[in-house]
Amino acid sequence: MTTFARTTARSGETYRVTRSRRNVAWTGLGALVVVVVLALFPFIVYSGTTTIMVQAFIILTMASMWNLLAGYAGLVSVGQQGFVGLGAYFVLFLNIHSLSMFTALPIAAVGCGVAAVPLWWLVSRLRSGYFAIATWVLATTIELIIERFPSLGSGTGMSLPHTPNVSSAVLEAYTYWIGLAVTVVALGSVYLLLRGRLGLVLTAVRDDEVAARSSGVRVGLARMLVFVVAGIGCGAAGALLAISQLIVQPSAVFSVSWTAEMAFAVIIGGLGTIEGPILGTIVYMVLQQTLASYNAWYLIILGLVAMVIAIFARRGLWGLIDEHLHVRLFPVGYWLWEPGTGRRPRRRAVTPP
Amino acid sequence: MVWVNDVIQGILIGGLYALFACGLSLMFGVMKVVNLAHGDLAVIGAYIAVGVIAITHIPVLWSFVIVVPLMAVLGYVLQRTVIQASLDRSILTTLLVTFGLSVVIENALLEFVSANSHSLGANNAIITDSFSIGSQITIAYLLLLIFVVAVVVLLGLQFFLYRSNYGRMIRAVADDKEAAQLSGIDYRHVFGIAAAIAFGTVALAGIAYGMYSQFAPTTGTDTILLFAFAAVVIGGLGSLWGTLLGGVVLGVAQAIGAQISGSDEFLAGYLVFLAVLVLRPQGLIARRGAS
Repeated sequence: MTTFARTTARSGETYRVTRSRRNVAWTGLGALVVVVVLALFPFIVYSGTTTIMVQAFIILTMASMWNLLAGYAGLVSVGQQGFVGLGAYFVLFLNIHSLSMFTALPIAAVGCGVAAVPLWWLVSRLRSGYFAIATWVLATTIELIIERFPSLGSGTGMSLPHTPNVSSAVLEAYTYWIGLAVTVVALGSVYLLLRGRLGLVLTAVRDDEVAARSSGVRVGLARMLVFVVAGIGCGAAGALLAISQLIVQPSAVFSVSWTAEMAFAVIIGGLGTIEGPILGTIVYMVLQQTLASYNAWYLIILGLVAMVIAIFARRGLWGLIDEHLHVRLFPVGYWLWEPGTGRRPRRRAVTPP
Repeated sequence: MVWVNDVIQGILIGGLYALFACGLSLMFGVMKVVNLAHGDLAVIGAYIAVGVIAITHIPVLWSFVIVVPLMAVLGYVLQRTVIQASLDRSILTTLLVTFGLSVVIENALLEFVSANSHSLGANNAIITDSFSIGSQITIAYLLLLIFVVAVVVLLGLQFFLYRSNYGRMIRAVADDKEAAQLSGIDYRHVFGIAAAIAFGTVALAGIAYGMYSQFAPTTGTDTILLFAFAAVVIGGLGSLWGTLLGGVVLGVAQAIGAQISGSDEFLAGYLVFLAVLVLRPQGLIARRGAS
């Protein structure tokens, strides 16, 4: 039990505030075991499975970023495909200049973060719905600009020219591990960010923006930080996409369906919960693999399910689980234990966003 | 002379863009809903027109007589059910839901009517003909007609909102729906009517686009929604005449971009949009006293 603080109230009664109702050490250990098992996958499963897993890593990374934007900062971006495409093209550009595509990935992610700063400045002037379409216009503009460069394959795109000189099985295993690493880093960063000061700021803004502003919370800065982090994450996912496909095509990497997929995974899994995107990605992958032979049907079904969940179960599938079982794999809020309640706290002190 | 022609063509196409933007602007103005499915609904309007013409053999130009009421009913129903339900949760939910709707419509269209492009009235003389002024300037009757329709729709909306009793009711609900409710107005019904009007203009925009150019399921998002939005932002949020000006500026920018290089048409339009966003975020015509 990570006891956060002890407050002595009237006549020696003790209030305790903890991160979670249950012992997080066990979930930490569980997460570690899951990651280790996942890391061993290339040795135990067919390469077809790892290819699907890489796809899941891409969606999960994007989804956790979109969740940070929409679920915690209230920024509905429909232009995250701009960063996906930018990340993929950074890898292509660096690879053309004979940098290994694996080395290019972190550089691409950082590059997307740097690009996110001026882009934020452009779109931050608009609110909610207009912000959403403005990000979409930005993504389209970036695509149109990149398509002007014949050295990057113009409108048709091109294959990565310098791929590692190893067998395809080894290459797939490398790609898988890189994908796993990207996902773990993405989820870990989101968790740590929300646990810290930023999480508190975003909670305050969500509850009452005016009150937060007047208490000196730098709302704009917090939102910008979220936008940049989401840019880095989606850029990394885009770079991973380029590495796993070995080809970069503008219409594919800049497709708005990336944003649709990440948004649906988040909404179904649970908007505003860290566990939500994980659950949502699983639902997404199961549906996509099951309906793979029916063209666009998985997107239609996912879209309908997402609409229903957005209206009737605001916090998604994980929200339903959390409501009934009070399970948090990644606790970012606090529990208030009233004196004498022992293991059964009556109410939550600070609800996580 | 070639540039004069570009500017004239740009102004005329601006009418079409203003027509795109009309419904988006109205729904935001009254319900504070940014309908991300706006473009896809316009495309649905165009497909309904294709179907209506195939069944009834009505002249293309008169197809709106059937399509506009159909879309208006769809608008009322959608507003009273899905959009109102999400509006009751939060503004964020309306974005999630209309984005979901957009993706669902686009992919359902891909499934049911295929990705092939369609067009409306390719063999109708009024739609394909044009007249010339001098040797350089050619004006298509269709673009002129669309521009006139756009101006008529904007004037009509202006008149309706500011001169009629129902318009006053819509503005009252837009300003403060609780206060309007206290005065005996059922704001949900008024929202439904506003959505019906918005969807009517969306149907007109869809038919106009279908006559002007070929359309496919993806046209809704990559053309109509983004152009409508760019027109709204360039012109100034919440201003009907600003919307027309925004459409015209976007159209002229695209025409000049196309003159520079064929592939720069859309880029030029978006760069002007971004420039306005940087230099004059309130739009070219800012509504006075806008809240």
